[in-house]
Amino acid sequence: MSSKLSIIVVEPDRERALMIVDSLREAGDNEIHVISEASGLARRISERAPDVVIVDLTSPTRDMIEELTLATSPLDRPVAMFVDQSDDSMTKAAIEAGVSAYVVDDLRPERLRPVMAAAITRFNMFRRMRDELAETKRALEERKVIDRAKGLLMKARGIGEDEAYALLRKSAMDQGKRISEVAASLVTAMDLLS
Amino acid sequence: MTLTSLSVAFIPLVDAAPLIAAEEMGFAREEGLSLDLVRAPSWSSLRDMLTFGRVEAAHMLSPVPVAMALGIGGVASQISALMVMSVNGTVVGVSNTLAERLGAAGHDFGFDDAACAGEALIRASDGPLRIGVPFPFSMHAELLYYWLAASGLPAPQGVSIRTIPPPLMAEALAADEIDAFCVGEPWGSKSVEAGVGAILLPGRAIWSFAPEKVLAVRTNWAADEPDLTGRLMRAVWKAGRWLGTGGAKTTAAELLSRSDYLDLDPYIIDRAFTGRLVVNQRGEARDCPGLIEFFAGAAHFPWKSQAAWIAAQMAGRLGLEQAPAMDAAQAVFRTDLYRRHLGDAGAILPGASQKTEGGIREGTAVAATNGRLILSENRFFDGRVFDPEGQN
Repeated sequence: MSSKLSIIVVEPDRERALMIVDSLREAGDNEIHVISEASGLARRISERAPDVVIVDLTSPTRDMIEELTLATSPLDRPVAMFVDQSDDSMTKAAIEAGVSAYVVDDLRPERLRPVMAAAITRFNMFRRMRDELAETKRALEERKVIDRAKGLLMKARGIGEDEAYALLRKSAMDQGKRISEVAASLVTAMDLLS
Repeated sequence: MTLTSLSVAFIPLVDAAPLIAAEEMGFAREEGLSLDLVRAPSWSSLRDMLTFGRVEAAHMLSPVPVAMALGIGGVASQISALMVMSVNGTVVGVSNTLAERLGAAGHDFGFDDAACAGEALIRASDGPLRIGVPFPFSMHAELLYYWLAASGLPAPQGVSIRTIPPPLMAEALAADEIDAFCVGEPWGSKSVEAGVGAILLPGRAIWSFAPEKVLAVRTNWAADEPDLTGRLMRAVWKAGRWLGTGGAKTTAAELLSRSDYLDLDPYIIDRAFTGRLVVNQRGEARDCPGLIEFFAGAAHFPWKSQAAWIAAQMAGRLGLEQAPAMDAAQAVFRTDLYRRHLGDAGAILPGASQKTEGGIREGTAVAATNGRLILSENRFFDGRVFDPEGQN
């Protein structure tokens, strides 16, 4: 085995792929190759015979890589494990972060560790970004529906904006619901009645 | 009563229904459980979630615990199949090109003759057949290998079976990466809906009683938590009884269609429950009673002979020694836990834990310790009979 590790990153999103490659470069002098297409994935990987394959745990294409564990005979397989099973805490951290890796059987844990640590950090960041994006989207949706509900109340009862909001908030507290839920049911009810 | 929460991973498929019904219809609550159902993105992720303790139990392809017991695949670990969750439920589909050739050659797309369909398929294909399955260790792959080899097309010379995630199957078919596929419903019907393929056969035409999904847990978890294990098994068993015997098919399809579960139109899910499939672009339909079975014929019993059949197939293909493979596989199909936890719940317990696979006619009565057990039809399309005793 050469001193450089050969790493394949399976990632369809170009920006994400570049960020992963950057952090893996920082983790050591590795030879990194990105595969962005799902078609023929198992064949493309086996042609390169990498030491490590890094793939998003949440991607369905992961199952295509599983085929490689059968590549030759099961007793002489080039790609064999889900991260390093001797290091349980790293495995758990990898699953939490949503990263999975396939590594060759004889790869020493101390060579894999910095690579995995870098990938885990990067994937954790992706997950945070995704959560934040979902949260922002939800907040925006909620604001939109609350605004609509306020408008409906103002019109129906001839009250001001602050009063309309206070009414929504009181109703939510009485029912033990969130303001956005009360607003959404009001909007739905009005849509049905109009 | 405070409920104990259990995390259970599933893949969005019609045969995840017992877990979804257990939670949604109150069978879990009856056992003091609340199931936190985690939708997994892939079979390998689901297996890893279970192995590394992210979830307590999982909806698993029946060959996966066997493969793990044999040390094949990405992760080797001790996983137990507590019970079978569903029998059958897969379909074989072909590309529009192949469907046209089959039609032109006079094939009638009948659902009851896998031998005839196999011959027609081999005649219609030019060059090696490329067939997609969801996972290398799956009943889909086993049924295809068995069917095509017996039809005169042995792997790997005549056929290349490759893994394609079901959501990408239609795309792969349209892009001419595969000629055919075997997937669980609703993905077969989805490919017909998407206009890219036709359904050639239900999986049950190849083996009419194929254990498809199992309820899987870590073996040491089952040992450490016997009470929770029993409660989970009873909840799933009762849900299967509701699915298999009630007239609640529409309710079940509606439940499954929710965005947290399959996130699909209920009318596509309905087809698997009612056993009436639309098979091609012209909207022709075929009836398939027993397309998927959740209860009848002691569907839940994890027969050791089922595990042995799977192991024998894998061992033969991968060059492993057959007898030890079959022994290892039989040990992970937990008839002992089934007997311990489900007898009192009302499940009929067979006198034996293994039987012959194949060669069983509909309505065959067998010895049972607490009631009458009537087996459903269990036939291989080529009439072969698998006797685990005779193999050793």
